[in-house]
Amino acid sequence: MAIVTKRVSDEREAEEQNFNWVGTRAVRPDGVDKVTGRAKFGADLHLPNMLVGKMLRSPHAHARILSIDISSAEKLPGVKAIVTREDFSDLASEFVPAGEMMVNYRDITRNVMAREKVLYEGHALAAVAAVNAIVAREALALIQVDYEVLPHVLDVVEAMKPEAVLIQEDLLTDGADPPADKPSNIAKRVEFGHGDIETGFAKADVIVEREFNTRPVHQGYIEPHACVASVSEDGQAELWCSTQGHYVVRGHCARILGMDVAKLRVTASEIGGGFGGKTVVYLEPVALALSRKACQPVKMVMTREEVFKASGPASGANMRVKIGATRDGRITAGEAILHYQAGAFQGSPVPPGAQCAFAPYDLEHVRAVGFDVLVNRPKVAAYRAPGAPISEYAVESVVDEVAKKLNIDPIEFRLKNASREGTKASHGPKFGPIGLVETLEAAQAHDHYQSPLQPGQGRGVASGYWFNIGGQSSVTLNTSEDGTVALVVGTPDIGGSRASLGMMVAEELGVELDKVRPMIGDTSSLGYNFLTGGSRTTFATGKVAVDAARDLVSQLRERAAKIWDVPVGDILWHNGEALQKNGRGGPTETLSFRDLAESMGKTGGPLVGQASENVQGAAPSFGTHVVDVDVDRETGRVEILRYTVVQDAGKAIHPSYVEGQYQGGAVQGIGWALNEEYIYDSEGRLENAGFLDYRMPVCSDVPMIDTVIVEVPNPAHPYGVKGVGETPIVPPLAAISNAVANALGIRFSELPMSPPRVLAAIAAASSSK
Amino acid sequence: MSKVHVSTIINDDTVEFLCESEQTLLDVLRDDLRLTGSKEGCASGDCGACSVIMDGRLVCACLLLAAEAEGSTIETIEGMANGSDLHPLQQQFLDHAALQCGVCTPGFLIAAKALLDRNPDPTETEVRYWLAGNLCRCTGYDKIVRAVLDTAAETRN
Ligand code: FES
Ligand code: FES
Repeated sequence: MAIVTKRVSDEREAEEQNFNWVGTRAVRPDGVDKVTGRAKFGADLHLPNMLVGKMLRSPHAHARILSIDISSAEKLPGVKAIVTREDFSDLASEFVPAGEMMVNYRDITRNVMAREKVLYEGHALAAVAAVNAIVAREALALIQVDYEVLPHVLDVVEAMKPEAVLIQEDLLTDGADPPADKPSNIAKRVEFGHGDIETGFAKADVIVEREFNTRPVHQGYIEPHACVASVSEDGQAELWCSTQGHYVVRGHCARILGMDVAKLRVTASEIGGGFGGKTVVYLEPVALALSRKACQPVKMVMTREEVFKASGPASGANMRVKIGATRDGRITAGEAILHYQAGAFQGSPVPPGAQCAFAPYDLEHVRAVGFDVLVNRPKVAAYRAPGAPISEYAVESVVDEVAKKLNIDPIEFRLKNASREGTKASHGPKFGPIGLVETLEAAQAHDHYQSPLQPGQGRGVASGYWFNIGGQSSVTLNTSEDGTVALVVGTPDIGGSRASLGMMVAEELGVELDKVRPMIGDTSSLGYNFLTGGSRTTFATGKVAVDAARDLVSQLRERAAKIWDVPVGDILWHNGEALQKNGRGGPTETLSFRDLAESMGKTGGPLVGQASENVQGAAPSFGTHVVDVDVDRETGRVEILRYTVVQDAGKAIHPSYVEGQYQGGAVQGIGWALNEEYIYDSEGRLENAGFLDYRMPVCSDVPMIDTVIVEVPNPAHPYGVKGVGETPIVPPLAAISNAVANALGIRFSELPMSPPRVLAAIAAASSSK
Repeated sequence: MSKVHVSTIINDDTVEFLCESEQTLLDVLRDDLRLTGSKEGCASGDCGACSVIMDGRLVCACLLLAAEAEGSTIETIEGMANGSDLHPLQQQFLDHAALQCGVCTPGFLIAAKALLDRNPDPTETEVRYWLAGNLCRCTGYDKIVRAVLDTAAETRN
């Protein structure tokens, strides 16, 4: 049954559902460390005898490397090791998953250290380890590189032209029809959909078709990439790094460096934001290679400029979307053609972009085609619902325009066409219990949507979708002799997951929350864990943690049965105690968790709860956003007046952190819509590689972000959890664009709607009048 | 070049150190004194993750040379709690879930403390403009602003 809960009193609700912890707003277990400066992030580790590593990066957008001469740098006193392409063996083309995206080892090794060519400004091509940063920087200046500078291409449409300079000379388009016989910058073509769009458009009373352009934006995590590597003389290695997935880092590094996987132990530091951007490796294999050469620990930390120039932004895109509908508001067909920038190596999120484009709609005739296109920019990385904000921006803008043409309220129009349980999604699967309609209805009923606007202000609405994933997790619960528990998981905690996981385990065990200490184990302490990404941690690691707790409870019942000498079937576990069924044994005969833990040595040895699974059954999360804007006609600044996020969480284990995901995603979306973009000069050099000129939202740019948590439970999770982290960044782009259209009467088809673009559009509109 | 000798008071302790003339205060705090609670997000004064209070003023430690700290009194995040008692701002940040990844948190706490030290009754707009020099990419600022406003209200009562 669908529960639409507007959070008023969590305590009361938790009581109604008989939960002690799930659904409450407990203080997170790692909180004190983080408010006192004690928490150790990537750059906070110091090891004895540690060197500082620095990277030499290409000043050119595209150039052949003729030679790299490190001889004078090597002679500089204090330089302990230098690595270049010579220190990394080439790897064959092989695709492996990195979060929701695929990466290719042939490309990763070239991205980590350039081989034949540098393919973007900032591309790494040598690294130095020295006694301190000052010496390391001096050494970089002594490395001589001879380049043959080549023409470059930055624009996705230009890059697709037959005469465009080739970024990879042997790249044949995968999935082209007919098959490609000549190399091009188009790495891949994908197509999703069903029905016949021409039939659908023929039935339409109105058709709207528009072209859209968006720019690359950066994930913008505040903590730059950082790691410390230490390789010993016998080849055993330790790596400490800021990552969303230390097991994934371990696999990539071992492959790139030709090591046995088990010889490398990776510890995930506290992570200062990732949003998908810390699912890949940049510094880690290089620091290991330097440490292997120097036989000393090496620390590498990116500067903010390096983060912008050399770590993954999200794709910029060019898109065409066409939607037809009947007079009474039923969409008859939808088509999207998407061209996404991949950066210098293939692998843009255009497949998920194409799959998500029309997901909120129940359509008979739908087609989404995507092209993955190489350009001389840094290789894109996942960014929160990778690909989806871009395509859904285009679709939700056109949906809004169609609704307006038909004179139908935009929420009403979406409700007429919304995907529901049983809808065949445009990308194939049949939806299970999804909550889109519930979010639309809650948005419609919300005081925000009902409130009046002042003249000149505009209100916009958009919905959004993300699949969410499950995947491999391994969890251990180690019982201490006093009945307290260490909960060890292998998915880095990026936004409070230790809290939600600890709460679910405390709920299952029936113990106080502070008797469970959640921590992130290193790669040697647990079985394999896929990374924190795809909004999977509270869902997938959460399910495995619950199963580990149930495993522990069954062992506790067995121990009690042994002590009482009764069949285990007669033992119940309730509120942290074993008791006998049917009143046998009397009220005094309970065995507490502590009793059983104290005696574990006599009843069978250590009590360890374990579970390791490849979790299936991730359920998608839909959201609907409502935003009011005002536009300053003098400066072109768009002001966000009010913002409301309504999203399905399945079940909010910790409502505050669910709200936090909604609010944070919305504000990232506000930045994407209004200000953030990569700006290049004519040489292909990034002009705004710093927080002053790459303008992310600050506190004074935004209002409070209202949230409504809708709960349509996911049957595949013991508490009904759906992932919530990614969907919130999907709707804002279109919601804000739709609001601006209503405020100004001007519809933008390009992001960001930054003050210069808004002013230009206002000027163009008034001159055409 | 010879190193510069600097005497300071950091979190109520007398601290002397030697630094290179080009080292920033943030470099010395983090790399030499191992006070890694102050973070480097940009090294250009744009993110506020390195915020410290120097002689009563909120400053970006990444923009100051360590040598400029001679004779000054510095408060960092490591000195914010009083023994085992968290500062009210620290407690409110926890209660409001005003942090997700937490890397911006030390800077926000120091900046918010500097605000409340001079203005115990700020409006929401004043809080937002005062904290505009601190970037947070995770929270959307909502819970941070609420935590600061609630701390102010609680402290006044
Ligand atoms: S590190 Fe000092 S302001 Fe960013
Ligand atoms: S909590 Fe992550 S940057 Fe603020």
